[in-house]
Amino acid sequence: MNKKIFSSALIEKYSTVIIFLVPALTLFTIFVVSPIFEAAYFSFFRWNGMGSPEKYVGFKNYTFLFKNGIFLKALQNNFWIIFVSLFIQLPFALFLALFLANSFRGAAIFRSLFFLPYILAEIVASLIWVYIYKGDYGLVGAIWGFFGADAPWITADKEWALTAILIVVVWKYFGIHMMIMISGLQGISKEVLEAAKIDGAGPVTTALKIKIPILWPTITLSIFLSTLGSLQLFDLIMPLTMGGPSNSTHSMVTFLYDFGVGRMRLGFGSAISVVIFIICFVVALIYQTTILRDKGYN
Amino acid sequence: MKIKKIIVSIIFLFAISFNVNAVTIKWLGLAQDDSAHKQDIDAAIADWEAKTGHEVKWQYMAGPDLKLKLPTMLQSDDAPHLFYSWGGGVMFEQAEAGFLQDISTLVPDSYLENLSPAAADAFTYKGERVGLPNLFNQVVFWYNKDLTEKAGVDPSTIVMWDDLLAVVKDIKDEGITPICVGGKNKWPLHFYWTLLHVRNGGKAAFFDALENGGWDREEYVKSGYEFQQLVDLEPFQDGFMAVEYGDASAAFGNGKCALHLMGSWDYNGAKTRSTSGEGIPDDRMGTFQFPMTANGKGNPSDTLGGINGWLVSKNAPKEAVDFLMHYISMKYQSMGAKSGAYMPVYKGAEAEMGNRFFKQQALNVGNSTFHSIFWDQYLGRDIGEVVNDASVALATKDITPEEAAQQVQDAWEFNQ
Repeated sequence: MNKKIFSSALIEKYSTVIIFLVPALTLFTIFVVSPIFEAAYFSFFRWNGMGSPEKYVGFKNYTFLFKNGIFLKALQNNFWIIFVSLFIQLPFALFLALFLANSFRGAAIFRSLFFLPYILAEIVASLIWVYIYKGDYGLVGAIWGFFGADAPWITADKEWALTAILIVVVWKYFGIHMMIMISGLQGISKEVLEAAKIDGAGPVTTALKIKIPILWPTITLSIFLSTLGSLQLFDLIMPLTMGGPSNSTHSMVTFLYDFGVGRMRLGFGSAISVVIFIICFVVALIYQTTILRDKGYN
Repeated sequence: MKIKKIIVSIIFLFAISFNVNAVTIKWLGLAQDDSAHKQDIDAAIADWEAKTGHEVKWQYMAGPDLKLKLPTMLQSDDAPHLFYSWGGGVMFEQAEAGFLQDISTLVPDSYLENLSPAAADAFTYKGERVGLPNLFNQVVFWYNKDLTEKAGVDPSTIVMWDDLLAVVKDIKDEGITPICVGGKNKWPLHFYWTLLHVRNGGKAAFFDALENGGWDREEYVKSGYEFQQLVDLEPFQDGFMAVEYGDASAAFGNGKCALHLMGSWDYNGAKTRSTSGEGIPDDRMGTFQFPMTANGKGNPSDTLGGINGWLVSKNAPKEAVDFLMHYISMKYQSMGAKSGAYMPVYKGAEAEMGNRFFKQQALNVGNSTFHSIFWDQYLGRDIGEVVNDASVALATKDITPEEAAQQVQDAWEFNQ
């Protein structure tokens, strides 16, 4: 049996693969796999990041994490970000894509305009909205002032601050999903659409019964990217609210930054990063083995 | 042969044009190029480089970034030789981790005699000197006389906590925003709660709690109730939880609110951030000390503020310490005092302070029975941030005073 495994034919067959795989595997191990294992190791210590971790605390960082009300709130916030991304942002992107995939005068301009927010760096986009939301001299303040009312300070209100963030998330990312879907729609065979037209299908029927089903693999990819991106949201939140007011708008990553790195609880921060990794991994695994698998993407 | 001689001569001249013993000192701090503090820094660097042939490389970093990046930088090959510090708990952690250098033998007593003793002691750890102080500051109430006169109040008469509450109410009734605060950054709110702690518990309670715990003691719970008495008056500007310190400072400088509880640095800060760039004229601005509380065990002369300075990293050359003593000297401390950048620690330099506010605050700190260093710095990053969080939660009435005090106690226990 060993002779079979290590036969010269097998070695010859896989030698090329191994030669090309080693550099990529090395880089992947150093920059991806190794930090994950290091974070897992650090998560069992109480460590302030200075020197080497020495105080072993077992699973205390994890038990502290899951009892922490702010982290549980952050988990809830991530759920809302995913929900809004999937049920508001993506349908909106699809709606626009169905219109703008067609060639008509001005379509390219609209596509560019709607794509612009995505081009902006997250920090820049967030800072723009910081000023929009300001109740005194921001756009919100100006609009309310036009009607003679005092503007709300939406990012100062615990009840509304997360909504303010969700608006920015939808605004920032709908453009990229729209463009992905336009690309998919423009790949649909014209003969299919013409045949549908000849059979008497209207625009709505064509969209619902032909375009969307054909586009479904593209949509599932958008869902996947949107979900993972929502789980890792950080840059948009920090300038807007810094996770406030009163720690009400933290995501898991901003929580890690504030309560782990910011407070020099690197062991605790490592535990948070491990949990985030596990959640992202499980989501990706489930998605790959169910939804994408059915369509032959697995 | 002739060509060889020429080449050798050129190489020789080239070589002697360099001071092969020249040292480059890496200096990391907060002073931005357009700040008053940077003027004396630049002058000190220019003079030092001209005198010694060494080089000083200044690197600016904003406060929050510096606090976050420093642990990594200090463990890298690119560690700064000298870096800004607020002292206290973070400094202790850095010393315990072995990042700091004991410069006790490099700083002679004859030099230390020129510094305020309290300031000099602030940069020692377990008997070892790890840095030198640069400046004092004190947290006081700054007030806008135009607005307070319009409200018919005189903040200079405020002595007790109830006096402050009455003044705030009168200002509010006049339709004027009583207090500007940058709640988004959290730390501006912690001044209220911790100053109440200083008034209620004093020096004894603080150091007892530091050593033995008891951050949930009745004096500190009382502080929470008193803070919420102020919060109940709705004294802060609209949307204060979405406003950063810089914007709150600008708002005060623009005359949008009557009072601002802030450190000495805000004297220049509120002026430069204001729309006019001039802020409130000095003769239309006043300050008063944080009021005393009824039955408080602290002393009215206790103060809250900072003694900030520079730490020396373990890899710093001897020349870095020489430079530091060159910088913390009469000439440059006088420059800083004169420009209003800070209150100096070098004896005699305070005579150059032009503005009466700094003179008064220097007197306050000099006479202070307990100059409590900012609690979010002195208690270390972890407990310090819990103090900030609890202060915010009290200001938004999300927790009770008992819960707030308990949070700090829990954080202290976690760190034992």
